[in-house]
Amino acid sequence: MNEKHEKQSMNSIGQPVDRQDGRLKVTGGARYSAEFSLPHMAYGVPVQSTIAKGKILAFDLDAAHKAAGVLTILTFQNRPALVPPDKSSRGPGENQLPLAGDAIYYNGQNIALVVAETYEQARHAANLVQVQYAAEKPVLDMEAQRETAERPGKGSGRDDMQSMRGMPDTAYSDAAKKVEAKYETPYEHHHPIEPHATVAVWDGDKLTAYDATQGVDTPQRVLASAFGIPVENVRIVCHFTGGGFGSKGSVWSHTILAAMAAREVKRPVKLAMMRQQMASATGHRGATSQILQLGTDTGGHLSALRHDTLTDNNELNEFFEHAGGTSQILYQTPNFEMVHSVAKVNISTPIYMRAPGEAPGNFALESAMDEMANAVNMDPIAFRLLNYAEANPQSGKPWSSKNLKECYARGMKMIGWENRKMEPRSAQSGRYYIGYGMATATYPAHRSASGARVRLFADGRAIGSAAGNDIGTGAYTIFRQVTADTLGYPLERVLFELGDTTFPQAPVAGGSQLTASVAPAAMEAAEMALRAVAELAIADPKSPLSGRHIDEIAFANGRVFLRGEPSRGEALEAVVKRTGKPFIEVCCRAETMNTARDSQGLKQSQRPPCLPVAPKSEEDSDMDKYSFHSFGAQFCRLRVDEELGVVRLLNWAAVMDVGKILNPKTARNQIMGGIGFGIGMALSEETPYDPNTGRPVARNLADYHIASNADVPDIQVEFLDIPDPHINRLGVRGIGEIGITGVPAAIANGIFNATGKRYRDLPIAPDKMV
Amino acid sequence: MYPFRYERARTIEDALQSVTAQPLTIAGQSRAVFLAGGTNQLDFMKENVHRPDILVDITRLPLNAITAMPDGGLRLGAGSKNSAVAYHPDVQKNYVILAEAILAGASPQIRNMASTGGNLLQRTRCPYFRDTAMACNKREPGTGCSALTGINRVHAIFGASPQCIATNPSDMCVALSALDAVVRVRGPKGDRSIPFSEFHRLPGNRPERDTVLEPDELILSVDLPPFQGTSHYLKVRERASYAYALVSVGAALEMDGQNIRRARISMGSVAHKPWRAAEAEQLLAGKAPSAELFRQAATAVFAGAKPLEYNAYKVRMGTNTLTRCLMEVSGLMPLQGKAGTAFASSAGSVAGELPGGAV
Repeated sequence: MNEKHEKQSMNSIGQPVDRQDGRLKVTGGARYSAEFSLPHMAYGVPVQSTIAKGKILAFDLDAAHKAAGVLTILTFQNRPALVPPDKSSRGPGENQLPLAGDAIYYNGQNIALVVAETYEQARHAANLVQVQYAAEKPVLDMEAQRETAERPGKGSGRDDMQSMRGMPDTAYSDAAKKVEAKYETPYEHHHPIEPHATVAVWDGDKLTAYDATQGVDTPQRVLASAFGIPVENVRIVCHFTGGGFGSKGSVWSHTILAAMAAREVKRPVKLAMMRQQMASATGHRGATSQILQLGTDTGGHLSALRHDTLTDNNELNEFFEHAGGTSQILYQTPNFEMVHSVAKVNISTPIYMRAPGEAPGNFALESAMDEMANAVNMDPIAFRLLNYAEANPQSGKPWSSKNLKECYARGMKMIGWENRKMEPRSAQSGRYYIGYGMATATYPAHRSASGARVRLFADGRAIGSAAGNDIGTGAYTIFRQVTADTLGYPLERVLFELGDTTFPQAPVAGGSQLTASVAPAAMEAAEMALRAVAELAIADPKSPLSGRHIDEIAFANGRVFLRGEPSRGEALEAVVKRTGKPFIEVCCRAETMNTARDSQGLKQSQRPPCLPVAPKSEEDSDMDKYSFHSFGAQFCRLRVDEELGVVRLLNWAAVMDVGKILNPKTARNQIMGGIGFGIGMALSEETPYDPNTGRPVARNLADYHIASNADVPDIQVEFLDIPDPHINRLGVRGIGEIGITGVPAAIANGIFNATGKRYRDLPIAPDKMV
Repeated sequence: MYPFRYERARTIEDALQSVTAQPLTIAGQSRAVFLAGGTNQLDFMKENVHRPDILVDITRLPLNAITAMPDGGLRLGAGSKNSAVAYHPDVQKNYVILAEAILAGASPQIRNMASTGGNLLQRTRCPYFRDTAMACNKREPGTGCSALTGINRVHAIFGASPQCIATNPSDMCVALSALDAVVRVRGPKGDRSIPFSEFHRLPGNRPERDTVLEPDELILSVDLPPFQGTSHYLKVRERASYAYALVSVGAALEMDGQNIRRARISMGSVAHKPWRAAEAEQLLAGKAPSAELFRQAATAVFAGAKPLEYNAYKVRMGTNTLTRCLMEVSGLMPLQGKAGTAFASSAGSVAGELPGGAV
């Protein structure tokens, strides 16, 4: 169709368009999950375990039951039978349902739910629940299991978690220069500003849940499975998500508990997690202890690279930090090995957190690269260029698009790299040592199947929709731009809707895939809408295009007309109006679409059928031919007050090669957010666990130190804005994660440049520095 | 949360009456407690750490004034807001240490709510105190101290007991301690004045008691004696803003020509109360400021520290922070930002270039 019709005017793509939802958010008009209140609603508050390992012997619920307003208390002893999840299924944060039995796997496990008339009553009664345990000594030490821990082949959807190329051992022992070091990253929490929450309501065997999620399809699937009902009986609504960072990409026990409680008390139930409860029941980033071995020949070429990761999880999840992945692909070396060992501990369940695997792995690799550059007395960038990977060194496949050298070159200028002293600890200003640090950023570029729907209204408006979620990224805005530009409509006439399972299926907003997946679907749907209008016009005797052939039809500026004769035509809405219906709609859907879906309030007979799109389109076949990665370069300048142990960033420069940029404003915001996240990871974020009880010791935002505004310097972000020709027609990739990668290493490298001291254990907090 | 009744006191006598009428808990705490800014009390109620039956709101009492005293001192009404105190012209002029301490703490929103009296009663940031699943002698006397063998990174290195190693988290109180403020309180037995150094307690065998204030006493004001010297507060924390001190130091210097006539130095986050650095104060008296003297004084103070498993860093950090604070207050080193602001009192100041083109 592209070839057959005149190219659409693309006016808003690439422009710094304001957020579609910006005004709603700053005026309080955006309604988040916990803000949905329904008539006759009850409130659920979970009770969490206070031991890390053992069994529940008994509950004493007398006092709680007697408390005012209590409707029911669910425990493993009385909870209704549900269908346990398939161990291999993705979606549940844990591989067992809540209240599955008497076993305790970690401290802070949800073990009961109190349901009461009001939130305050539920909280009070939850405090009155007494539990008797048979406690066992918890396993909390990951490091002690380095030799014995399991080494899984599979992890995070890949099957090469233990892999090798060449002869890394021999090559390392023969290397002219060697660096071997251990890098450690602590337990970290996502702590999105919006706490997790679910409001669940049943209508017969149909369930609606207003759920704080990164992808409405996930809770839909998990809840349907748990309650043994068809997927189409579950509707999930989530228009706004106040940050997720991975913690809302899975379904945690509270969501299932809310639905369970609503069914038991036959009323809507709201369950909003407390911040303290989020420290154990909604995921975190597992700790890592990574040993890197780098070897070079006399000329500085990497001859060997070994990345040995020890991390942990618990009995309830297979997920672990696949930290070696970046080392596998980032630099050219013939001899490589990665090992992942996963210790089982009695600590709450780890899950994806912004650049899972990559963020901690990158810290280790990019610190080690800096150490090696120093060892071979090379500029860190020159050393990286010397070992630049022109193709994926593991698979041998060409990159779909890689322009990393330009990122380095531009970043060097932006930060003023020429002012960096090669000799560490040689730039001082008063009480401060000054340092420059850099690191490479990279994250895989994913794309998944997605659907989208476009409705053209008789009044000249259009609405696009897809089930995916805007978790604060700007997804609403960019999909609106794609839809508007494809239709040839001004932005004001177009809205994009997200966050409802009644919309066509879309992937979770995680793994930096949403933009790459939904944007082409939105474009496809809008093109199909144009075609549908053309066909209506051709068939309509009242249309000036009546009886013409589809190949003669062109579109521009919201009009359909005869090719080469723009005056012979009409506005799209004129065609719609004559159908007598308020709108026409088309859906495009990919292979995995749930065919049972129907759009809300519209009977099947009134809808034009959703047109299936070939599941493997041309660009999909490229998926096997190329290696898809985003790249970038992170640069910082910082000052260190060594006596007081304080590091402050002076300024930051990031250059990103992340495909075409749909909206530089929201894109910049994504990268800045990632850098801020990375600054926290580098300097202050950590959740310690009590060595005796396995309880998280930082359970609130005063004790868990995300970067404050005062920690974040001026950040300059530049995009190469070079489309990836193979990922999709728009050349766009998701960019939610790459921003954090490279940040901790750039800071650690900057501290080394400033002080001559190497910090390999995050966070580089004042207690360590001093 | 625990059900409670809310009352609004119209007069000081009303407020006292409401509290006196209630029997005490076994921990010696009142079943009725005062509510001022609520920035601490309500947090603890939400976390089920405090379970009062009655909240007596004292925000409408006539205790909000900040008044210049005839002797040149300043009276801070117990209800005055932290932000009002920090930006008060007399505080900015004469009690820089106090402004710098307040502004280095919390956030603008919290400072706009938090009161002077409430700040004195701020409870520890020991994470075990806040978690009702953990043993804590301060929260539930006799249950033990989880922090002793736990993550005791932010805990005390001075004056702790086997019962409790918690620290007082207040920035403001460090400044008030160095200024030798006086706490005026009213109770059933009438009014009394408590020297600041005696207001907060060491944990000893009664860690549940943070202060000598009786449950039925109400703070009326905090009185600052006249002060003509230079003063400064310096705070080291885990991020540039909105974090409790790992170590902080407040110093008030009065000079006699080239020599120090009197130095008063207090430290935060090292003990159960603001910890006066008596060894340093003695060493400095009558001597001319110098880097060597300050280092020697700081070293003397921390010679008596008793670090735990995770907080040994506080000895080095404390020594350096005390030295630095003295260097800055005496003018031997420049402040990192304008005096009387958080830019001066936050170690490392904020991200970005420092004023005047310095890094």
